[in-house]
Amino acid sequence: MEAGTVRISTEDELAQAVRDAAGPLRIRGGGTRDVGRPVPGAVLDVSGLSGITLYEPGALTIVAGAGTPLAEVEAALASEGQRLAFEPADWRALLGSEGTPTLGGMVAANISGPRRVQAGACRDALLGVRFVDGTGTVLKNGGRVMKNVTGYDLVKLMAGSWGTLGVLTEIGLKVLPAPESVATLILAAEGATAAVAALSAALGSPHDVTGAAFLPGEGALVRVEGFAASVQYRAGKLEGLLAPRWPVRIETDSDRNAALWQRVAGVAPFAGRAGDVWRLSVRPSDTPAVVALLAGEYILDWGGGLIWALLPEGEDPRPRLTGTGGHATLIRASAATRAAVSPFPPEAPPLAAISAGLRARFDPRGILNPGLMG
Amino acid sequence: MDLPAPDTSILARKAEIVARLRQALPGEAIIDDPAETRAYECDALSAYRCPPLAVALPRTTAEVSEVLKICHAEGVPVVPRGAGTSLAGGALPTADSVILGVARMNRVLEIDYDDRFIRVEAGRTNLSVTAAVEADGFFYAPDPSSQLACAIAGNIAMNSGGAHCLKYGVTTNNLLGVTMVMMDGTVVEIGGGHMDAGGYDLLGAICGSEGQLGVVTEAVLRILPKPEGARPVLIAFDSNEVAGACVADIIKAGVLPVAIEFMDRPCIRACEDFAHAGYPDCEALLIVEVEGSEAEIDEQLGLIRQIAGRHDPREFRESGSEEEAKKIWLGRKSAFGAMGQINDYMCLDGTIPVSSLPLVLKRIGEMSRDFGLDVANVFHAGDGNMHPLILFDANKPGDLEKCESLGAEILKLCVEVGGCLTGEHGVGIEKRDLMAVQYSGADMEAQMRLKDVFDPKWLLNPAKVFPLGVSAERRAG
Repeated sequence: MEAGTVRISTEDELAQAVRDAAGPLRIRGGGTRDVGRPVPGAVLDVSGLSGITLYEPGALTIVAGAGTPLAEVEAALASEGQRLAFEPADWRALLGSEGTPTLGGMVAANISGPRRVQAGACRDALLGVRFVDGTGTVLKNGGRVMKNVTGYDLVKLMAGSWGTLGVLTEIGLKVLPAPESVATLILAAEGATAAVAALSAALGSPHDVTGAAFLPGEGALVRVEGFAASVQYRAGKLEGLLAPRWPVRIETDSDRNAALWQRVAGVAPFAGRAGDVWRLSVRPSDTPAVVALLAGEYILDWGGGLIWALLPEGEDPRPRLTGTGGHATLIRASAATRAAVSPFPPEAPPLAAISAGLRARFDPRGILNPGLMG
Repeated sequence: MDLPAPDTSILARKAEIVARLRQALPGEAIIDDPAETRAYECDALSAYRCPPLAVALPRTTAEVSEVLKICHAEGVPVVPRGAGTSLAGGALPTADSVILGVARMNRVLEIDYDDRFIRVEAGRTNLSVTAAVEADGFFYAPDPSSQLACAIAGNIAMNSGGAHCLKYGVTTNNLLGVTMVMMDGTVVEIGGGHMDAGGYDLLGAICGSEGQLGVVTEAVLRILPKPEGARPVLIAFDSNEVAGACVADIIKAGVLPVAIEFMDRPCIRACEDFAHAGYPDCEALLIVEVEGSEAEIDEQLGLIRQIAGRHDPREFRESGSEEEAKKIWLGRKSAFGAMGQINDYMCLDGTIPVSSLPLVLKRIGEMSRDFGLDVANVFHAGDGNMHPLILFDANKPGDLEKCESLGAEILKLCVEVGGCLTGEHGVGIEKRDLMAVQYSGADMEAQMRLKDVFDPKWLLNPAKVFPLGVSAERRAG
């Protein structure tokens, strides 16, 4: 353990630690996603807030401490034939990190994998949170039920706020049944234009596609999941739709499917490679133009709307993307680069004012991961 | 239900304020004749009425910005209004407020099938969003029962749901972007045709904020390809408990129906008398709808039949034709109309964990007897969103108050078992004073900080959502 680490094991201890903090705190769950501007200060290790407190398979609901290892939650769900539908990605290989991804880290970063196109993002499955704000006050929002419009939705605000508005302590999530069967159509599409056309055609069909990605050199991937007969039927329909334009191979082995989609979710082609990794969110139909401007290696997910790009170290592609819409985030780079190039996309002035206003009110002393998001 | 006393200095300046608004919005966009403003004195929570100071009906985002700038400068509260179908009083004005109605802004601005979204002006009705893309095989998923009339603006303000959200989610899960005007007139764009808006999830915060953070004038909505087909079944049971257990078993079995609707005996009887849908005489019935190709539907319904069979249903009715399918939905879809025939009613909207269903229905039955008011239950069972309908007689002195007390008790019960006050209708004025049942003072304070950031003068729909005592200091400025 490095110097200047505060370990807490209860929500009360955490609140006390935040109240007592004399300076900035770096909030750490499993320590697997070192993203954003490097943050100064003592490490606040919240992995001790661990454990599943409620799991009702019949209500599709699970509640657990923010420090609970994601693997523990996934194992509990699997034992009941359920899963987190948004397919949280493991970035350890990509980022070269060790440790154990936690539920809190996943929510703080709003980590959502390929199934986001069909099942929504992490924030869409998030039912409730408890957290400690920058004044050391314990707060809750939302709860454990699937429909809740009581008061403002701070639950979503906490998702993807990277610990800058509060430290998560407990998380309630909606879960879904795991499917009986899976199949992936692997289409011999070459280049972003063909890939996006194939993926858009698949996602525009009524066949409930749960993954739509492109690995250059390997092909465009279209996944269907569900009961066996239904998967076979829909895979056949999609083959009929797409095969006339792109040669199709269908992968039905469940282990090989799992490995394939983990490659996409974990951005495996860029793991261990030199260079910075950028993540862009754009309209799928803009993607071919954007990847041309990026002029680097890329892979696509979310029907082409998510671009992962491998670019030379220290290079900020945003100036040459002006006017293309969407936004770009620097996910992997050296600390020096992340200090020099703003990792999170700059916001329009009125939105930047809102973001700054939120930080000022939820963390008036500016001690929670200060500056991480810009 | 209290509303803050109107600011007499605003009432005194009415002519001046209206003149400024007219200057900014020429034509017939500003209404101040008391005979005409009365049309805006209430929404669908019609027990509460109050004509506004004036009504502005802009046609563009720029006009919305003009109205807000003037009201901001004059310190006049603004109550945004979509179609006025709120069941919670979300669009109820105060005498010193300007109603800002977006109903004239109803155009489709862009349809993009490749990227699967539609961009519309926020006054467009929910159903006409689907209508714009239906011929091409797409639809907009959230389907509140008022969808023929309700506007996307209100759907966003209340984060509206519907019968099919078990599979497709509610408004917040289908909203990709907004153009929003802040109280000071600043126009902001959040999100768009891409999937992640970026930065803090402001879209998530705005959705369901009941018109208190800004006025949404345009929305980018996710559209989905229509499934090949859909078919409902009706399952009748001898007790609520058994029907509840069947719902849990269906969900656990890995079937994800698009809808699981639940009706109890009082509701079944009323609907049957009203719509003659041919529902069986039973304690509880479920309508379960699944989607897909014919073969996929058969497979899912086969599994549901098997599960239901273990609970010894009184009847399991499949629909062999479009006609029969319609008939299964007929009673459910006329539930509110049926209740309206019998009596005045108040529709509650609490959500509970599905596992608490039998307990909650039993306790509601007991409370109904204690209060001497009938309660019929119809709700979205798959996601635990209940809609108890309390029947009362508005002409009988004291009945409305009794009904409101019973409603409050039922909602407290929902919170007690781990649920919440409102699943899809919103807090408005209706549940405002119950917020403290669900949230601590600190929790409400945290929510109000959001409004402090977006609307520091607390002029947008200020007397809603938070108990008046809790928001008093902020509203006083």
